[in-house]
Formats: sequence, C-alpha cells, structure tokens
Amino acid sequence: MSLDISFIGILIGSIMASSVPLILAASGELITERSGVLNLGVEGMMIIGAISGFALMVITDNLFIAIVGSMLSGVIISLIFGFLTQSLLTNHVATGLALTIFGIGLSAMLGKNYVGIPGKEFPVLFSGLKESIPFFGPILFGHSVVLYFAFALPFLTNYFLKKTKLGLVVRAVGDSPVSASNQGINVILVRYCCILYGGAMCGLAGAYLSLIYTPQWIENMTAGRGWIALALVVFATWSPIKVLIGALIFGGITILQLHMQAIGFRIPVQFLSALPYLMTIIVLVVISRDSRKIKLNTPTSLGRIFYKEK
Amino acid sequence: MEVPLIKIEKRNDAPMALYFFTPFIAIILTILGGGIIFYILGFNPIEALKFYFITPISNLYGFSELLLKATPLCLIAIGLSFCFKSNNWNIGAEGQLTFGAIVGGGVALLFYNQDGFYILPLVILAGAIGGMIFALIPAILKTYFNTNEILVSLMLVYVSKLLLDYLVVGPWSNPEGFNFPETRQFSESSRMPLLFEGLRIHAGIFLALAAVMLSWFILYKTYLGFQIKVSGLSLKTAKYAGFKGKTMILVVFMISGACAGLAGVGEITGPIGQLHRMISPDYGFTAIIVAFLGRLNPFGIIFASLVVALTYLGAETAQIFLQIPKYTGQVFQGMILFFLLASDYLLFFKVKILNLKKNELRH
Repeated sequence: MSLDISFIGILIGSIMASSVPLILAASGELITERSGVLNLGVEGMMIIGAISGFALMVITDNLFIAIVGSMLSGVIISLIFGFLTQSLLTNHVATGLALTIFGIGLSAMLGKNYVGIPGKEFPVLFSGLKESIPFFGPILFGHSVVLYFAFALPFLTNYFLKKTKLGLVVRAVGDSPVSASNQGINVILVRYCCILYGGAMCGLAGAYLSLIYTPQWIENMTAGRGWIALALVVFATWSPIKVLIGALIFGGITILQLHMQAIGFRIPVQFLSALPYLMTIIVLVVISRDSRKIKLNTPTSLGRIFYKEK
Repeated sequence: MEVPLIKIEKRNDAPMALYFFTPFIAIILTILGGGIIFYILGFNPIEALKFYFITPISNLYGFSELLLKATPLCLIAIGLSFCFKSNNWNIGAEGQLTFGAIVGGGVALLFYNQDGFYILPLVILAGAIGGMIFALIPAILKTYFNTNEILVSLMLVYVSKLLLDYLVVGPWSNPEGFNFPETRQFSESSRMPLLFEGLRIHAGIFLALAAVMLSWFILYKTYLGFQIKVSGLSLKTAKYAGFKGKTMILVVFMISGACAGLAGVGEITGPIGQLHRMISPDYGFTAIIVAFLGRLNPFGIIFASLVVALTYLGAETAQIFLQIPKYTGQVFQGMILFFLLASDYLLFFKVKILNLKKNELRH
C-alpha cells in the first residue's frame, strides 16, 4: 500500500511538471488578452523560446543565460506582433497566425545544427527532501526553480490584476480603451508592454520544454501546447487561478495517456496521444455553451483595433 | 526654409488599385528581407535569391512542379476565402485536407486491385465529402455551442494527423510493405491522369481552376455571396437584413472543407499514389497566407498560389545547391504575411509629405 501512495506522489509530481509550460504561456497570454490584444502567436513564441534557450545553453554552457535569453527572444519576436498590431493597426488574428508560421520556420532554421545534441541536467531544488518524505516529497520538492515560479505565477497575476494600480490600468485598457485613453492612459503603450510580457512568458515556457522537461531540441517540439494554452485562457474565463487548475487538468491528461501507453493499454497509441487535443475541444464546448458567462468575462475590446486620432 | 513633414491621415476610400497593389509591395519587401537573412547566414544574397526564385522555374520540369504545388494551395485558399470573407476563422484546413485524404484514400484502397472509369470520381467525391464533414465539426460547435472555431479547427489538425498515422501504421498498412508506415499503392484507375509525359503535373489543376470559376460566380453573382460579404463587413447589418447566420456559417465551412479535402485527394491520387504520414508539407496552413495575399479574390488567389508555391520550390532548390535549410520556405511565407499586413497600413492611412515654411509649423 505504501508503494501505491508513493507512486501517486510521483505521478502528481510529473503532472505538475508537464503543466508548467501551459501555466507559463497561458498566464502570459492572459495578461495580453486582458489588455484587449488577442495574440495567436503563442505557439510561435514558445518554439522560438525553446530553440533560443537550447542554443544559448549549448553556446554559453550557462543555464541562467539560456533562460534569460529565451525570455528575451520571446520579447523580441512578440515585438514584431506588437509593432504590427499596435503601430500599424493590423488584424490581430492574421498577425498572430503569421507569427506562429514564421516562428516555427525560423526555429527549425536556427535549430538545424542543434538536432541530436544531448541537453544538460537542470539543477533541482531540495532533492534530498524529495527522497526522504513519502508522498509529499515528490510533489513538493525536487523541482526546477522554473516550476516553482510557474506555480506562483497565477497567484502573482491574480494579485497584479486585482490589487495593483497597474493591474487596474491593464484591465481598463482591455475593457474600455476609449475611456482609459480619455483618462490620460497611453493605451498603445500599455498594450505594447502586455504583448512583450506575454512574449517573455511564452519564451520561458518554450525554454522549459527544451532545457528542463525533455532537455534536447526537437523540431516542432511544442506540439500544439501553445494552442492549448490559448484554449486554457478561454477555459479559465480570463481568471489566472482557473488557468492553474486547467493547466493541471491538461498536464494530468498528458501524463495519464503516457502511462497508459507505457503499461500497454489496448488502445492504439495514436488515440491516446490525441486525448489532450480532443479534451481541449470538449472542455471548450462545455465552457462556451453558456455564452453569457463568456461574454461577461471576455475583455470587452479583445482583438479590436484601437486608434486614437491625433 | 522648407521642412519636409510627414502627415498621416485616416481615410476610408483607399483606391481599389492600391488594394491589389500592396501585395506586390509585400512580395518585394519579402525578397529584400530574404536577402538580408541569407546575408546573415553567410551566403551571397544575390546568388541565394537567384537559386530561390529563378533557378526552380528556369525549365519546363520546374514550371510543372510549380503548378503541382500551386494546385493544392489554390484549392484550399479558394475555400478559405469563403470563411475569411464572412469572418469565420477556419485555420484547420490542414486537418480537413488530411481527413479528406483519409476518406478518399480509403475508397481508393477498396478498389486497389480493380480498374474502372468510375473509381477516380468516387475517390475525389469521397475526399471532398471527408473534408466537408471534418470542417462541419468546428462549424456546428461554433453555431450551436458558441465554441471558438479557431481553436477547435486547429485541435482537429492534430487529431486528423494522429488518425492518419494510426491507419498507415495499423489497419491500412500495406500487407506486403515490410511494416513501412504506408498503405498499398493505389490502382491506376484511382490516379489523377498526368497532363504531359514525364512531368508530374496532373488533372487536379482543373479542379483548382473549376473552384476558382465557381467561387467567383458564387461570391459575386449569387445571393449567398452577397450574404457572405455583408456578414464579413458587419455582422449587425447582416442580422438586421435577416440573413440566416447559422446556415451561412455551416455553408462556408462546408465549402472550405470540401476544397481542402479535394486538395488532399489531389495529392494522394496525383504525385503520391498511396497514403503515408507525410501527405502534405503544411499546405493547409500555408494556404491561409495564399488567401490573404490573393486578397480573398479568386483570381488574386491564383497569382498568390504561384508566388507561395515558388517559396516551396525555392526552399528545395536552395537546400540542394547551397545547403540552406529548407525551412527558409516557412520563414519566407511568414514574412510575406507580415509585410502584407503591414502594407495594409497604406490602405487605411494616407501618408502625406508636406513641405511647409518653417513659421507655419507653429500653427
């Protein structure tokens, strides 16, 4: 029996690990969307973060530089999106799609020489406690610093949006850009900042994949996680804490299907692999059925172009 | 003293000519941007661009390859133009292409050892229906459950690719195929007839041309086309006019899915001749760019599909001759869309260069 309990502890630990990229990317996108900007380039920014993090790790042999660099590369690539949508007033949906296509191509191009290079072991915190405490050990300890950050992020985001003045500014810009602008808030600047922040978080989410979760570079290694993160924001009805819950559910499905594959479940592997995508659809349907609830929580100006006559 | 001053004014009356001219600006900027990337990668930019845009189509075979790649892009983009014009963001054409290929390929496999003139039409029809059904999923979820069609159609891409993977590895894999992840070869009767001896260009191109003509007719000469355009411009107006929004959404998704399904079936019955994992180099995603570059106009899409097909060919040629990774193709495609969207700025704003006397500036 004690074996079962410790196994469940390890299982929960691995579910947490697999939900990290989703938490990071979705929390970043949540801030972007709360400011009224719909950035569909999450997948593209994540994959750019993944390759730049990995490449920097190989070049500098320094994981700190790799992590910071991945966030910076996310910022740089999201700047393209920001410039187009905010300064040149382009359509958010089309620009985001372009960002994803561009990002996937660019990452494959940059990553050509990094395929097959083994990753480095990422340091974990409190690894001693992980072994010595049954059940809670593998859940609470022995994770990377990025994981702890990811699990704190939804709470920080919640605090930021609800309790700080800047958070109020972001929400005002997202819900009513015209009145915010009349109050003297620089709507475009706020939106730029939110886009770049989203880029940084997506870059970090990508680096988590290539440096920590499966420490190597594989083409297209984000495998739709960016899109699932986008779905999570809708699922969470733009609430940071619900993002955390949603990410854990999806992490759970991913781990569950891997375990089912491992123990030779009689369902074909491909059907199990399709589970997270099918679940996303089902969850979206369930959440979206109540159109009033969605309308009430969606940032009012989401995806709309704001232009101030000068 | 005269000081040049740039003044930017909003306008609502961009001339139609500019609307179709800006894609050319985007293409030129993309070529320049590509040159810069090649320079950074350490290649002679002029030489690299020549291998990219001129070498591939400098002979008849290359030209046939260009048409071969433009065919699915054109077909899918024509379908997508119906969705995008009416503000329905179907971005899962890759999945509809895959599912169409699965259904069409399934029919072709039923007849793998038979001959008959009726087989190819059946396969094509099955492919179109397959794509249509697959596109109906996001459409129905959108209309009846208020679900975001972008995310649903995209998730279905992954599902369809996994389904294809399962089929070619499992139940449909070639019994004499030494466990390669591929099906039997289709019989000659399920293959698209080739147009010229020794070239790969096949009759599927007529499907694409027919789609262009038909879509022009529907969009500009029918009530449905009018509804689609009005809904795209203003949903409120469409509602006020009493258009049945739900039916229209279902119809545009069905058209777009059928086109993607046809593209898929054209690939497997044309150059490929069987089902395997890699039936499409992301044609379904690239066609989104084609649709925009062609300004959602049927004839514009023909032109755009040729341009974008060239980025595929150029990437292959550049990889062979200069060892430039073939993914530059996608980078080029992303850049085209970026620059296109950016140059739309000229449509909404008038950039005026004024020459003012210095003392006038104070006012």
